[in-house]
Amino acid sequence: MKSFRKFFLLALTFFAVLPTVFAQDDLLSLIEDDKPTTEFAKASFKTTRVINSQSLENTASGVLDMKISHRFGPLNGGAYELFGLDAATIRIGLDYGISKHLMVGVGRSSVQKTYDGFLKMKLLRQSSGARSMPVTVIWFSGMALNSLKWQNPERNNYFSSRLAYTHQLIFGRKFSEGFTLQFMPTLVHRNLTATDAEKHDVIAIGVAGRQKLTRRLAINAEYYYVLPDQIAENMRNSLAIGFDIETGGHVFQLHFTNSTAMVEKGFITETDGNWFDGDIRFGFNISRVFTIKQSNKD
Amino acid sequence: MRSTFLTLLFSGVLAISSAFAQDKYFTKNGQVSFFSSTPMENIEASNNNATSVIDAKTGKMEFAILMKAFKFEKALMEEHFNENYVESGKYPKATFAGNITNLSGVDFSKNGTYKVNVKGKMTIHGVTKDVEAPGTITVENGKVKANSVFNVAPEDYKIEIPKLVREKIAKEIKVTVNMDYQALKS
Repeated sequence: MKSFRKFFLLALTFFAVLPTVFAQDDLLSLIEDDKPTTEFAKASFKTTRVINSQSLENTASGVLDMKISHRFGPLNGGAYELFGLDAATIRIGLDYGISKHLMVGVGRSSVQKTYDGFLKMKLLRQSSGARSMPVTVIWFSGMALNSLKWQNPERNNYFSSRLAYTHQLIFGRKFSEGFTLQFMPTLVHRNLTATDAEKHDVIAIGVAGRQKLTRRLAINAEYYYVLPDQIAENMRNSLAIGFDIETGGHVFQLHFTNSTAMVEKGFITETDGNWFDGDIRFGFNISRVFTIKQSNKD
Repeated sequence: MRSTFLTLLFSGVLAISSAFAQDKYFTKNGQVSFFSSTPMENIEASNNNATSVIDAKTGKMEFAILMKAFKFEKALMEEHFNENYVESGKYPKATFAGNITNLSGVDFSKNGTYKVNVKGKMTIHGVTKDVEAPGTITVENGKVKANSVFNVAPEDYKIEIPKLVREKIAKEIKVTVNMDYQALKS
């Protein structure tokens, strides 16, 4: 009985010493936080565009992003056209981050001498930890103004005929450090269509993704499926594949696409190139950011 | 009977010493900042969420810094820092574990500023290096402060800097550590 009590006391002594011994090994474990913090997914794409489409990223608050985009002529123009490089269409745009949730942008494209403007807002942000959210959800609305001279000036033409609108929700998730995927149900409304057979409201579903190859290089792809019987018969679904190359302050996007236009209304409803005929165009986007207002809060 | 009493006394003393000893200090809001200076560009970032524990009895010190918590003046710098340089997705924390080598020169129970030398292992970007840095410990009415300034070379921690921006990022980056410790009650 006595020896049992002695053993018990010894064991007690041992347990009293034990925690202090462990504490010596890892001091930081003494103050380990049991409260998890919320961590938002960042850098799901290198820039705010996948290729033509909007990506899950917004321009940071107080940052101005100048984008210069080119689409050359079709590759099947052959050597005479230097595989399309002789012809170029351009969009020059400025994007600005008003807050971490809201960005706006304007641009001018040479295709149909189009002026465009848009709003893009983050409704939900993908996060893990204390507040877990599986996806990022973005609302995008844009307007495009075709400023070409009237085709039939003798007709009664309305200014509203020049306008088209795009509304889009983007649902996306950064699945891993390198892989991001997004879905984009989209509605394009055109005030004027070329024929009665075409719908004013066009519904399309887009899908886009990126896979990082190295820290500074990623491969992107995007595709829009336009639901049948809505647009002119010779129009096709837009497909683009390209690379993002990052060099410090710039992001270069080099790609191939069957679309010429760089605004939603254009590449969703007016893509006429056929990938299988080589009717694809080389193109690039260059993005350069300027910090206008320093307000970098998470 | 006597031996039982002794054992009891022994365990009692031990329990008391571990419960009441005021020899550990901690912080969760330590300040760590770094500064890269080149003729092309100055880059500055700071982090106010460094955690650290210091054991006054053994001279042991530990630090952990969440890389994502570094704030830069430009959003793009912050993204590049996390994405391209320290790869904070893969290596979320920088840590340091070491010892005050001249502990005998520090009296944690007496007000004063003590020059110390700290030696240990620093891990950044998944690479661990032996480092040594000077610093000071200030004791003021039971409060302990520590600060240190030292240089870190990104190259040592396999942080690659592409040719294009090499002129903009210093070879040696100045790191400033300011810790405001509280007594750790366990």
